[in-house]
Amino acid sequence: MIIYLIDGSLEGLLCAVFEWFERKPGPVILKTVQHYQPDAFIQTFQVDNDLNKADRVWKGLQRKLDKRWIRHFYCTFLSELPEAYSSLFEFACYIFSNPPGAEANYGNAHVLALSQTAHKVEREKHRMEAFIRFEHTADGMFYCGIDPDFNVLPLIMNHFKNRYADQRWIIYDLKRHYGLYYDLHIVEEIQMKNVESPENVENIESAEHKENPQSIQIPGNLEGACSTENETTSKVWSKPAKNIRSDKESLYAMLWKDYFKSTNIVARKNTKLHIQHVPKRYWKYLTEKRQDS
Amino acid sequence: MSERIREKLNILADAAKYDVSCSSSGGTRKNDNKGLGNSHASGICHTYTEDGRCVSLLKILLTNHCIFDCAYCVSRKSNDIERAAFTVEEVVSLTMNFYRRNYIEGLFLSSGIFKNADFTMERLVRVVKKLRLEERFNGYIHLKTIPGASDELIREAGMYADRMSINLEMPTEAGLKLLAPEKSHQDVIKPLSFVQNQIIQFKEEKKLIKSVPKFVPAGQSTQMVIGATPETDKDIMQTADAFYRNFSLKRVYYSGYIPISNDNRLPVLGSQPPLIRENRLYQTDWLMRFYGFHVNELLNDANPHLDIDIDPKLSWALRNLHHFPVDINIVSYQMILRIPGIGVGSAKKIVQARKFGKLRIDQLKKIGVAYNRARHFIKCADTPYQLKDYQSTQIKSFILAESQSKYIKNDVNQLILF
Ligand code: SF4
Repeated sequence: MIIYLIDGSLEGLLCAVFEWFERKPGPVILKTVQHYQPDAFIQTFQVDNDLNKADRVWKGLQRKLDKRWIRHFYCTFLSELPEAYSSLFEFACYIFSNPPGAEANYGNAHVLALSQTAHKVEREKHRMEAFIRFEHTADGMFYCGIDPDFNVLPLIMNHFKNRYADQRWIIYDLKRHYGLYYDLHIVEEIQMKNVESPENVENIESAEHKENPQSIQIPGNLEGACSTENETTSKVWSKPAKNIRSDKESLYAMLWKDYFKSTNIVARKNTKLHIQHVPKRYWKYLTEKRQDS
Repeated sequence: MSERIREKLNILADAAKYDVSCSSSGGTRKNDNKGLGNSHASGICHTYTEDGRCVSLLKILLTNHCIFDCAYCVSRKSNDIERAAFTVEEVVSLTMNFYRRNYIEGLFLSSGIFKNADFTMERLVRVVKKLRLEERFNGYIHLKTIPGASDELIREAGMYADRMSINLEMPTEAGLKLLAPEKSHQDVIKPLSFVQNQIIQFKEEKKLIKSVPKFVPAGQSTQMVIGATPETDKDIMQTADAFYRNFSLKRVYYSGYIPISNDNRLPVLGSQPPLIRENRLYQTDWLMRFYGFHVNELLNDANPHLDIDIDPKLSWALRNLHHFPVDINIVSYQMILRIPGIGVGSAKKIVQARKFGKLRIDQLKKIGVAYNRARHFIKCADTPYQLKDYQSTQIKSFILAESQSKYIKNDVNQLILF
């Protein structure tokens, strides 16, 4: 038994797979630095990141798996769940050690784990596409802050880019401290300083608008599946405070709340079903569920 | 100004809510003009009402003025309610502003009939044209076909709408005649088949000439009101089946009647809408569309009503125990779909996974099979040997006993009814 220690990046994970095939050390426990506690009785092997090796493994996976399974793999990675890393590692080793088509074996624990974790991540992605509510600011930006269970920004980017092609918008992950900014042409990854942590999202209304969005610096693009974590030094940009919302913002928020009430049929009330569809932790996103303004 | 628009929205959203369809699926529109919006193939529910229905579209009437007097409708002429009408601009700006904030997938526009059918339809067409041509809106649009509108107007509407629908309202002609003497199923069938023929024609032309525009790309749907008139479930589902087949409908919706008047032809005010029955009808609809069941297998002269206490697939299995138990490691995909406790997703996984070795109980559970339900109907690699053959009534009580607690909690209000 040996512990493989990786840094938590996709690159590191793929390198771990590479090393295992190089070294064939038998059973491996995969740990990320965040979840690692030294154990005197088990040998630890530090996996170094090497873009070349990672690339070879990634290409190999793409040869053996169809698009759907590559996406399952990527989604499982974005789940950031501690157990997901070892599922991915074991899955990749299993795929490389077996003839093509082995991913259809749902009787295999790692195949099933990937399919189920990916399903959860896709559901969170879908929920973000549904529950994001933009607020229109006085300077014409549509803004929304979120704190999704999984790291889904890379997955929702294209949806919002294609849909809201004629308006500038920002979607900011308050938990992971980065966001997407669309400037009518391209989507950029941005980081904001002093932004509220998700624990006090409710207090966000009092945040001050400190910087003009035009001054946001441009990090690399997000298209590459491997490179979502860009080091950037972006300017500060906080959620619009009430006084800088556009004139019409509160009118439309109010009309939407009105609509939500009118479209309800009291005789059919079914709170259980309602909460099953919109779990309470998402209510803070929803204009129609908010009591303020 | 903002007070008046609020008032209108409240009236015209309230009047539109009895049309239960809110699907935004089947849209194929791309945002290729750098405008606003695109369609999401499977649709998105942006929120849910407190009764648990999906809110995907801004569902409103253009007006609730109406020259007709259909007994089951809140907008009927004789009903003493507040009336309102949106202008074309108001509908357009509400739609655009809601869409920009990611509140909705698009617009579902219906209307009471003011003056006459063509006058009304022409207004609806103006709204969709303005959205598509002036605002470059590529979101989803569901437009109601007004019965009696001219072919030209319906055709024009179809060039801009994603889906069109026209409601059967009552499952049988007799039921409809009772409550809406001025209407007939023929009024519905004529535009349905006109639009269907146009869809086919446009598709044919598109094969030859790429630039032919889309025509109602998300297809047509209809709705029946359930429980206002005394039809059996068999009547309802046979009508649905015929309309699915004859008009290639995308969806049939079943809307449990909510008493809105004390007309003595209708259930009294305050009686509960038949929600479980509605749910069972939807389950039957799914079994017909996705599970390969023929309507007559589920409903026939011997069984004209769906069971209320168990779902229609379980009912069918219990009536047909001679088909079971089946060996999950051998039997066809079609038959797996018919096993209670196994859905489409699990069925697909089973046929893939069993190629790698005989499946065991624990694997079935992990794959997502509701094993406690399915176990009465299947055999797998490690199924314990069972001496006794159970009767269908025994199996039913086993299954009910297991799901009872959950069931009672869910539906206590409605169960009292039956
Ligand atoms: S024609 Fe339509 S809006 Fe008018 S009363 Fe009948 S169902 Fe209602």
